[in-house]
Amino acid sequence: MTMVGWLQIILFCVIIVALTKPLGWYMTRVFSGERTFLSPVLRPIEAGLYWISGVDERREQHWLTYTVAMLLFHVGGFLIIYGVMRLQAILPFNPAGQGAVAEDLSFNTAISFITNTNWQNYGGESTLSYLVQMLGLTHQNFLSAATGIALAVALIRGFSRASMRTVGNFWVDVTRTTLYVLLPICVVYTLFLVWQGIPQTLGNYVEATTLEGAKQTIAVGPVASQVAIKMLGTNGGGFFNANAAHPFENPTALSNFVQMLSIFLIGAAMTNVFGRMVGNQRQGWAILAVMGVLFVAGVAVTYWAEANGTATLHALGLTGGNMEGKEVRFGIVASSLFAVITTAASCGAVNAMHDSFTALGGMIPLINMQLGEIIIGGVGAGLYGMLLFVVIAIFVAGLMVGRTPEYVGKKIEAREVKMAMLAILVLPLMYLGWTAVGVVYPAAVASMANAGPHGFTEVLYAFTSATGNNGSAFAGLTGNTFFYNLTLASAMFVGRFFMIIPAMAIAGSLAGKKTHPPSAGTFPTTGGLFVGLVVGVILIIGGLTFFPALALGPIVEQLAMNAGNVF
Amino acid sequence: MLREIRPAIVLLLALTAITGLAYPLAMTGIAGALFPAQAQGSLIEEDGKVVGSALIGQEFKDDKYFHGRPSATLAPDPNDSTKTVPAPYNAANSGGSNLGPTSKALADRLKEDVDKLKAENPSAPVPVDLVTTSASGLDPNISPEAAQFQVPRVAKARNMSEDQVKQLVTSHTEGRLLGLLGEPRVNVLALNLSLDRAAAK
Repeated sequence: MTMVGWLQIILFCVIIVALTKPLGWYMTRVFSGERTFLSPVLRPIEAGLYWISGVDERREQHWLTYTVAMLLFHVGGFLIIYGVMRLQAILPFNPAGQGAVAEDLSFNTAISFITNTNWQNYGGESTLSYLVQMLGLTHQNFLSAATGIALAVALIRGFSRASMRTVGNFWVDVTRTTLYVLLPICVVYTLFLVWQGIPQTLGNYVEATTLEGAKQTIAVGPVASQVAIKMLGTNGGGFFNANAAHPFENPTALSNFVQMLSIFLIGAAMTNVFGRMVGNQRQGWAILAVMGVLFVAGVAVTYWAEANGTATLHALGLTGGNMEGKEVRFGIVASSLFAVITTAASCGAVNAMHDSFTALGGMIPLINMQLGEIIIGGVGAGLYGMLLFVVIAIFVAGLMVGRTPEYVGKKIEAREVKMAMLAILVLPLMYLGWTAVGVVYPAAVASMANAGPHGFTEVLYAFTSATGNNGSAFAGLTGNTFFYNLTLASAMFVGRFFMIIPAMAIAGSLAGKKTHPPSAGTFPTTGGLFVGLVVGVILIIGGLTFFPALALGPIVEQLAMNAGNVF
Repeated sequence: MLREIRPAIVLLLALTAITGLAYPLAMTGIAGALFPAQAQGSLIEEDGKVVGSALIGQEFKDDKYFHGRPSATLAPDPNDSTKTVPAPYNAANSGGSNLGPTSKALADRLKEDVDKLKAENPSAPVPVDLVTTSASGLDPNISPEAAQFQVPRVAKARNMSEDQVKQLVTSHTEGRLLGLLGEPRVNVLALNLSLDRAAAK
């Protein structure tokens, strides 16, 4: 570890904290339907969209209607992706002449993108046409991100409203998020990325003759426009197989730094939106503090482990850390930081191969996902996931002092706690259950790339990533098989929607309750005690759930490595 | 509930057209006008022929060139399309080795490569990036140490003095942005191109 390395990490954290408040202010105005500086341009488009689709923007929806609208929207999104993938051979914008994508791979990819997971069982440049990348993937990068944000706003309204039956209008929330938040940032961001060197062209792959006279086919495409939203919307699905490690997806140290910032940008600002909407920004800062504590701890461990290297490297006298699967322009620190950010935030883009990380360095990304993608988390999804843990923490605090727990003026009662537990428990059921199948079913075992405990970790990582809607991988695992295409799709589906529905039920139930002004007996939820309590609850629930699985994977691998074993 | 069906279809299609077609196509037009070289892939032409991209590494095996990092990229096996064969620096199929920290295959490969490099230049420690595969398999860079390590071999193969070659390496060494971001590095293709140009003079 070096001083320059730590300075990069500190600079990252400072900039994120500095951007949280202004973006939170802007987004709060957007969600409240107020005028913004972009309204003169965007308001006519917005009004036009409501007019053609028959949306009355003043009509609000009950939480159940809101949820059904969201689900219908996703059925349509699924059909579009599946359709263009199956038909890509006969559709335009296919200069490389890619053939139709297989049924199971199309199914997996469609589920993957509507759930904001962006798990890549496909290799972008070797499988997909430009039309699929744009119309299939880029569009859902926007809409699945906008959906996550809309749902979080609906849940916040549950906390901030009193005695109301509705939580907002899904169509309005999605439209406004897409038009006023995601698109404007992406337009500027895309141009920045092209300036840094990311291609943006519809031209065919380039044939080059290398200095030594060999032929090299260089895949290009409309890359920058997709990379912008894949980062900003915490989607993470790469244009290329190697994702953000590919020099065309992440060419420079600066593009890398800005990409890391853009992964956290909206998720961090959502905590400020929460604070503003419930009438006390310190409530938002407290939640950001919980996330920050868990994040910095993870960065420290991964950075230390990767800088330290492996026993194999030490035995050969190689110093400078674990560079297998990392790019020279990023080095140890920017690769370690990126890995922790992308898994904390449910993004899943990678700028280094996590499969080649040290045992402990690769365990932190795994833990980040197993905690439920709440450290910043996916855009929107991270906030509603974190609020579920807050409900549990407040409930535990209430039990300790023997009072009905309250949070931002709302009584937390049996229904909310049951729903929160349901959402939290369904996740390990998916990733632990499927991992158990994956390590004994012969067709699944054959997919492992590494032997020994690392092979087990590959399987555990895959199902954890799918359930957490992250999308990063221990990519040695051959995921494009019938077994993995279907099981991973089921994990992604359950991990997304079985968290959303209980969260929306809580939103509806809270919106209907009265707001109680804080009294002397109210547990303050803006201070260090609250932050410590939530961190503790997250680690206890998380630790009890997945520690045994980690012991079989990264922990035993670290011990084996120290003992000088290879597999 | 029924009245949600119309927006589910119409609004979805409209937003899909905006984000999936209008946005990427408009960006392609604007980016192509503002940054034409980058938008096409930062291609390098010599005598009217494309020799590569400034951002994409390519394979160098000849002693007279600086070598890049090992690459784990694959290509379909020409004899059996269900299998793959190693194809270093395949810029149409990026990827890493994905070998883990306790992989025997990785340990064996590293040992073999380290032994080879030690035989080539016993005077300096082997730089770690010169024996480890990159994440993309297309890493255009090596560390300054990895470039300096290869100076004796390149100088000998080209009948140049080591000082001349060292000077070229130094002039192609890029530092951290603002002294802070990224890592010091040398672009292998750019360095080899200027070696060839120096020889042509």
